Amino acid sequence: MIWFLLRRIGLLIPTFLGITIVAFGFVRVLPGDPVLLMAGERGLSEERYAQLMTEFGYDRPIWRQYLSYLGDLLSGDFGNSIVTKRPVLTEFFTLFPATVELAVCAMVIAVAVGIPAGVFAASRRGTIADQAIMGTALVGYSMPIFWWGLLLIIVFSGTLGWTPVSGRISLLYYFPQGTGFMLIDSLVSGQDGAFRSAVQHLILPSIVLATIPLAVIARQTRSAMLEVLGEDYVRTARAKGLSPRRVIGVHALRNAMIPVITVIGLSVGTLLGGAILTETIFSWPGIGKWMVDSIFRRDYPAVQGGLLLVAAVVMVVNLLVDMTYGLINPRIRRR
Amino acid sequence: MSDVSHIDVAAEAQPAPRPTERRALAEFWYYFSENRGAVIGLIVFCLLIVVAVAAPLLAPYDPVIQDRDALLTPPFWQEGGSASYLLGTDAVGRDMLSRLIYGARFSLFIGLFVVTIAVAGGVSIGLVAGYVGGIVDTIIMRLMDVILAFPSLLLALVLVAILGPGLLNAMIAIAIVLQPHFVRLTRASVMNELGRDYVTSARVAGASPFYLMTRTILPNCLGPVIVQATLSFSNAILDAAALGFLGMGAQPPTPEWGTMLAEAREFILSAWWVVTFPGLAILITVLAINLMGDGLRDALDPKLKRS
Repeated sequence: MIWFLLRRIGLLIPTFLGITIVAFGFVRVLPGDPVLLMAGERGLSEERYAQLMTEFGYDRPIWRQYLSYLGDLLSGDFGNSIVTKRPVLTEFFTLFPATVELAVCAMVIAVAVGIPAGVFAASRRGTIADQAIMGTALVGYSMPIFWWGLLLIIVFSGTLGWTPVSGRISLLYYFPQGTGFMLIDSLVSGQDGAFRSAVQHLILPSIVLATIPLAVIARQTRSAMLEVLGEDYVRTARAKGLSPRRVIGVHALRNAMIPVITVIGLSVGTLLGGAILTETIFSWPGIGKWMVDSIFRRDYPAVQGGLLLVAAVVMVVNLLVDMTYGLINPRIRRR
Repeated sequence: MSDVSHIDVAAEAQPAPRPTERRALAEFWYYFSENRGAVIGLIVFCLLIVVAVAAPLLAPYDPVIQDRDALLTPPFWQEGGSASYLLGTDAVGRDMLSRLIYGARFSLFIGLFVVTIAVAGGVSIGLVAGYVGGIVDTIIMRLMDVILAFPSLLLALVLVAILGPGLLNAMIAIAIVLQPHFVRLTRASVMNELGRDYVTSARVAGASPFYLMTRTILPNCLGPVIVQATLSFSNAILDAAALGFLGMGAQPPTPEWGTMLAEAREFILSAWWVVTFPGLAILITVLAINLMGDGLRDALDPKLKRS
């Protein structure tokens, strides 16, 4: 297992270096002089310009610049945001819990609904129930989620007035951010109605973000189940006289899980991409909205750092998924 | 329609006599038409093409002309609606129906453009990686890993920020982001085919590497590529609409559906129609293409065919 892990990590190193080159190159390939870009429309005196060129190291050869950039990264220095002047790393980790909270809730919804839906559809293959579930899944898979979010706002916030339109919690409540996860913090604060408000704010964005992974998981579960249900060991289990529920729920489902876990792992990238749209629509103060805002504010150090950190998060999650396979399926470990 | 022409190309490229070719097509159609959803998808898609091509004839108004006397008119069946604007007007008095009809042009063009670039680039790179192997393969695949490490929408967004907002740049960015999937797919099937007897015999017969890659191996790898191409077609439409929605794609007053949604955002609680219709148009288009994609997979995937 340890070798499997080390080899996987070894494979990540070239990819990670590639990502740093992309993030590093991002600011260089922008049209125009980076220092002038950062100065904006106010302009700069010549002295200040020269001073900044040296300060940022733009007067050195490009490979030296890259190496010192890499060195800074390894020592945890991701640069400072032009707008807030705070370190990019601090900004990222202040907002990161909001995105994690949203993504985890979305994933819980997607798995909790998607897997049973897929199993149910597979067990009733060809019936109207199967067709209805798969039809719905395909609609979900084809959904422009930014529009879906707006529709939900129209119905649940506009017409019914059940949920707020934006933010993470009502302004009535104030408590220190302990964990950064609003659900936990609001519970700990003990304030009346705070937790309820947090849930109300969370529910629509979670549903929107869950839609595509949910559809993908349901489709994948169904097709994996159908494949497994034709196997000999399932027939044996049936012949032994086990109840259909036990055959499907235990014997078949356990073996059908590997492709489903793959899809769940791959969904993490989709979730972070979807978070960009979801957070923008619901004004959810997370990484996605921060990235979009930074792009519009031309806060390039923030975009650069955010791009790198998001890719690193996706890579680490994919590594964890790979390790999960190794645990579930010993055959993969040996390869 | 594009899928059908793809099949034609695939069939023609095979050095086989005509009857076999026709039988392959007939078999393809047999499996495709088994899937009712796929046929519905194909019909809807063809209708969309007709709408896009005949937009100037079908649209009652010019999509960018503003009627200052009819701002935010609701659709005709609602109180205050009028028969002259069937689906209502937007905030500056442009006819929704006409904008939606012209929008079909943009969406289909985006899909076609992006898929053409992504397929052409991805398949060529994948062919080289799979055929040449060794260090070239390693370098190409690591590069693709780097692209795939970023969430695709985020990378497209940043690329557009570099290239500058606009429809063309958005399409290029999306094509770059989608293309690694074709590289991986083509490489895998090339490596799979490379050891087969027919490739060896073609090589022994004196076929050049270029001929081997493009004429001998490629036609036999096209099945999965076609399926992936339909998926990418719908992804391209969704991503371009998302970029338009974020203000980074087509710019106003272009009647692109995502851009229309972005302009409509502030009216979500007062004028439902300016929000609902463009999104519905995107959903229907993407759904039709995905339905077709499912049918294509059933028809082209030999593994499923046998079961």
